Amino acid sequence: MTRDPKTLIERAIAVGVLVLLALGPLVFNDYWVDAILTQALIVGIAAASLIFLAAYGGMISLAQTALMGTAGFMIGNMVTKGGEGGESKGLTLGWDPTLSLVLAILGTTLIGIVFGAVAARSLGIYFLMITLTFSVIAFYFVGQVTVVSGFSGIAGINNYTPSFVGDMVNDRYRLYYIALGVAVVSFALIRFLIRTPFGLALQGIRDEPVRMSSLGYAVPLHRTLAFGLAAFLASLAGVLLVWWQGQIAPGDIGLQATIDLLIVAVIGGLGRVEGAWLGAFTFIVINNYIRDSWLTDLLDDVKIGGSFQTIIGLIFLAIVIVSPDGLLGLWDRLWGLVRRGGGPDRPTIEPSPAGQQG
Amino acid sequence: MNALSLHRPVRIAARVLIAAGIAFALLYVIVIASPPPEVGGNWRTTNFGSAIDDWRSFTRTLLNGLTAAGLLFIVASGFSLIFGLMRVVNMAHGSFYLLGGYIAYEVQQKMTGQGFSLLGSEVSTWEWVLPAIVALAAIAGVGLIVQQIFLRWNQGQELRQALITIALSVIIADQVIAHFNEGIASTVTWPGWSERLIELPLLGVDYSLARLVVLLLGVAVGVALWTWLYRTRTGMVIRAGVDDRQMTSALGVNIQLTFAIAFVVGSSLAAFGGVVGASQGAVASGQDGQWLLNSLVVVIIGGMGSLLGAVAGSLLYGLVFAFSAVYLPTTGDNCCTQYSIVVTFMLLALVLAFRPQGLFGRQG
Repeated sequence: MTRDPKTLIERAIAVGVLVLLALGPLVFNDYWVDAILTQALIVGIAAASLIFLAAYGGMISLAQTALMGTAGFMIGNMVTKGGEGGESKGLTLGWDPTLSLVLAILGTTLIGIVFGAVAARSLGIYFLMITLTFSVIAFYFVGQVTVVSGFSGIAGINNYTPSFVGDMVNDRYRLYYIALGVAVVSFALIRFLIRTPFGLALQGIRDEPVRMSSLGYAVPLHRTLAFGLAAFLASLAGVLLVWWQGQIAPGDIGLQATIDLLIVAVIGGLGRVEGAWLGAFTFIVINNYIRDSWLTDLLDDVKIGGSFQTIIGLIFLAIVIVSPDGLLGLWDRLWGLVRRGGGPDRPTIEPSPAGQQG
Repeated sequence: MNALSLHRPVRIAARVLIAAGIAFALLYVIVIASPPPEVGGNWRTTNFGSAIDDWRSFTRTLLNGLTAAGLLFIVASGFSLIFGLMRVVNMAHGSFYLLGGYIAYEVQQKMTGQGFSLLGSEVSTWEWVLPAIVALAAIAGVGLIVQQIFLRWNQGQELRQALITIALSVIIADQVIAHFNEGIASTVTWPGWSERLIELPLLGVDYSLARLVVLLLGVAVGVALWTWLYRTRTGMVIRAGVDDRQMTSALGVNIQLTFAIAFVVGSSLAAFGGVVGASQGAVASGQDGQWLLNSLVVVIIGGMGSLLGAVAGSLLYGLVFAFSAVYLPTTGDNCCTQYSIVVTFMLLALVLAFRPQGLFGRQG
């Protein structure tokens, strides 16, 4: 067992947070449980898929929002019914919700693998650009192709949920616990995977792609599979998202949403998976409690103007400049200072010099 | 190095298949497509039929593609220049486009004092050129500040720089809404002389003079960039820097000055693109993302940091975009032209699959 005080403290905090979350509805009021915690758990899962790729694969993917949305649009097209009593745009296939759930998750994972196969040959900044392009194209696709959505999106999706999931419209505590369960399982899955031979090879590829390639590892294959796994996680988030908000529209996967997810991941810290939920919670609390009028009211003399986005942009900028590893990076660095004036004991978000396009 | 290392026969088969696909697409546009019948239609039905059926529309679509490419080139060449020399992916490039367009709009409004319904006939050439110059100068200043304050001290940290410019783009996008016409669509008005159709010699096709001006501006920017990069000392230093930054600075070149110049020029090109784009259509909040995407697509297709690549990427993207919007089959009311975005995506995926470094990009 480790005696490292930092690890012990982190574990204690983790247990405390989990207990608090498990007690959820007893501790927090309804608004907090539904609007803040549930959303943070869901967004955290998507951000965790981004951080998983960044921290262990050395790939910063901006496609996670699009993949999350893909799952949402898929399930939206599959479960909703058209015709009389139907309320929805899209294909309105009216399929069985359980089947749709499975198909949406599988389909998104598959799309992720295909995306990954194309993008996995590029690295670093190229990977970022290519995934961003994917993501924006996905946005225009659902916006333009009115058959599957159109700009107003698909509504009323959470009226159709599998029977084992139950009523997602009224029983919001149920949704909260499902989101909590999926989040914990996702976290455990990532932690488990990075210790498997696959995960170790992936980290080897992150640091030394050329060397791993000479050792006989299929570098693009590992990256592609990692991307597929991240797509799987993103699809879980997507399904939960449509159950939470009931609808999905192209705006949910637009550039703004894509960048928001990146901000979430960066605020939490791109080096550690836990950062996903920390970042999501921070972002959503800021989003809920900062008023747009603050900039105009408080700084009346300066007349800065602008809304919440300016504030979040400034916070993002400050974090990227001061601590590129986010809040958890700050925490790590603090411990480095406590120990012996050292630097961070985690890798920074920059890949090794070998992490250029190869 | 082909990292995916498919088996050779598979690779050849794939290439043959793709070549066949491209050949079919060309054939489709030139001969196979047919004009829409009174009712119904089939897979051959397009808006105008094939090039043989309606060659005027074909020529117009071609010109639309070329003018689109002209504007794409203006914006994307700046993006590519910055990336090629400094390895900075300027995610705020679209924001510079947006700001440039809005600044020109505001200046033109101030100059003419007209408000919303500004007619072309009320605008003199000067009243278009001066706003453009002001926008260029303003964004050149913004670019210089961004480069000196945010990008100079962290050179080589590509992802960090990308994240910083993303943060800036978030702030700029919001501030544009707060300060420039509430971010609603705003048009910079072309000078009056350009607002007419001219009949093109030889082709016998009427075409908007303003759009031809866009094409001309694109070509002019291309020629100017080429001359600058290949016929002046600064350009020589920039090309040397693109090849080997460390060696260039080791030879006593002030690489920091060169970086600043390249960033300023690249940003100004985004602003110029914004002015032209705002004149041709309108500039509106949200277009920053669209133009970031456009720049990305062009340089991913053409290759990073290559002038020729930017030309090729703009042309391919512009033409594919223009043609797929019109020449996809239209059976039924709104069939397939809405899938034009898929064609763009296929173009991108194809290039990435066979040349991950882009058509004219260098490996590594």
